Amino acid sequence: MSSLLEVRSLKKRFGAVEVLCGVDLSLEAGEVLAVIGDNGAGKSTLIKHISGVYPRDDGEIWLDGQPVTFTSPKQARHAGIETVYQDLALADELSVGANIFLGREPTRRWLGMLPVVDKRTIQRETQRLIDSIESHIPDGTSTVAGLSGGQRQAVAIARALYWDAKVVILDEPTAALAVMERENVIKLSRMLASKDVGVIYIGHNLVEILEVADRIAVMYRGRIVHVTRAEDTSQEELIKYMTGYTDRQIA
Amino acid sequence: MATHDSDLSTGRAMSQSASTWLSLNRRHLPVETLVLALTLSLWVVMAFSTPNFLTANNIINILRQVSIDSIIAFGVLFPILIRGIDLSVGSVVALSGVVCATLLTMGMPIPIAIGLTLLLGIAIGSLNAFSVHRLGIPAFIITLAGLQAYRGGAFLVSGGTSVFGLPQELASFARAEWLGIPSLFWTMLVIGLILHFILSRTRTGRYMVAMGSNYESARRAGINIKRIVFFAYIISSVTACIAGILLMSRMSIGSPTAAVAYELNAIAAAVVGGASLFGGRGSVLGTFIGALLFATIANSANLLGIDSFWQMVATGVLIAVVVYVDNLHKRRQSGLK
Repeated sequence: MSSLLEVRSLKKRFGAVEVLCGVDLSLEAGEVLAVIGDNGAGKSTLIKHISGVYPRDDGEIWLDGQPVTFTSPKQARHAGIETVYQDLALADELSVGANIFLGREPTRRWLGMLPVVDKRTIQRETQRLIDSIESHIPDGTSTVAGLSGGQRQAVAIARALYWDAKVVILDEPTAALAVMERENVIKLSRMLASKDVGVIYIGHNLVEILEVADRIAVMYRGRIVHVTRAEDTSQEELIKYMTGYTDRQIA
Repeated sequence: MATHDSDLSTGRAMSQSASTWLSLNRRHLPVETLVLALTLSLWVVMAFSTPNFLTANNIINILRQVSIDSIIAFGVLFPILIRGIDLSVGSVVALSGVVCATLLTMGMPIPIAIGLTLLLGIAIGSLNAFSVHRLGIPAFIITLAGLQAYRGGAFLVSGGTSVFGLPQELASFARAEWLGIPSLFWTMLVIGLILHFILSRTRTGRYMVAMGSNYESARRAGINIKRIVFFAYIISSVTACIAGILLMSRMSIGSPTAAVAYELNAIAAAVVGGASLFGGRGSVLGTFIGALLFATIANSANLLGIDSFWQMVATGVLIAVVVYVDNLHKRRQSGLK
């Protein structure tokens, strides 16, 4: 059986700099795969290829056993790859529900003619979603402006969940959060996986990574230098790979 | 946008309009409610201070004034919502009045003259949107250039003087009353309802709020930014043209010196009515309340014989205070003290 998502010898250069030098990666449905590495290791570039932000120079991306090429984030999203960005990309002045449905609002015909946003459906679906993720979002009609960092993260994840994403990419989801709220994000990531979503979790806090991930891939200078199951490794080992200590043996 | 949220919160049992009104008040506190309270108390004070205020004639006068001001302000609200601005509307009001009047005196039928004038509005709005979206010129700059250029255009078209000799039907339109309410007010009401509908009910309205609130999130959500930018600036210019035609009808001439500094009044009305100059916030109803306050102040000052220069000072102070109060409220809401 083929993997949910497969990246094969992906390459990317920016001018003279080779940022990705042949990355291979596979992601199964229902698992959390953490991708870690030092700044500049190529994590962001890698996910920007998967989410359709950058075109690749060479290599292949397979989704559900089909080769895919995305020329925009919209296309990737359409294919079932949702990215929750570090800055969350929520519109403060809109409600939780309006954010979840932004760009994909259900409409109905007003007086049988004019297409208007179907607020009732949005409200109902949002409430159901909030209840299902148990994330302490007060209610779907409050604007996002008043929410905490963790609640915003939950909204962004809920958005991915609602739209039946096959793959969800979480880009440093806890970077700006209080310690208390990190636990919640970890819970939400596990919940996504339990619903058979493949989760790619970018991060650098090793304690957190070891807690959330099923498997861990370590990047170093544009390569994946090590892939391991979370229970088979330790912080010490991961740090060795992240800092290139073992690089000579791998290359 | 309050209206989005308020409708979202519609309980199954509650009637839609009742809940909209309730949550509207809740969410718009304090700015719009404050401004409304201020306006109403001014009405009460004026009713007691001069016998001329609460007369049918004077109220109709206020309604006429607030109608044209509101229409311009409704339009300006849209660029403000997407975090832009339109400073050219005052000049567009003058230009459209002069152009329409000139076409009419050339013997063109009224509907065609009006249609061509509105096309001019679409062209100006498109040019503004193109400059902002494609050429990357800041909205402030391109519309400031427009403020100069369209005023110049109005003088050129009219040869530097007012255009006289409008058809009788047009001149009498602005004086007409239906059900005891000025036709201008009805016109404003219809335009306001249409724009409110667009803003609170359609995807386009929602996308404008999203774009003004967080440009990146709007873009990543796959929203057609270009379409939204064109829409906002075209609404602004077209409503300015409508206001220009109405003003021409009210004055019975096309005047190139009409509506000087109206853009500032319009922006002030929107801002006092709850719009944020940082985008993403504002409403048609609030803008109307803002315009009503300014029209009331102007009218009261006239009746009380207060120097109009003081009136300008008072208006300026009011804008500063309202924006300050709004900021205070916003900071408290987001927990930053």
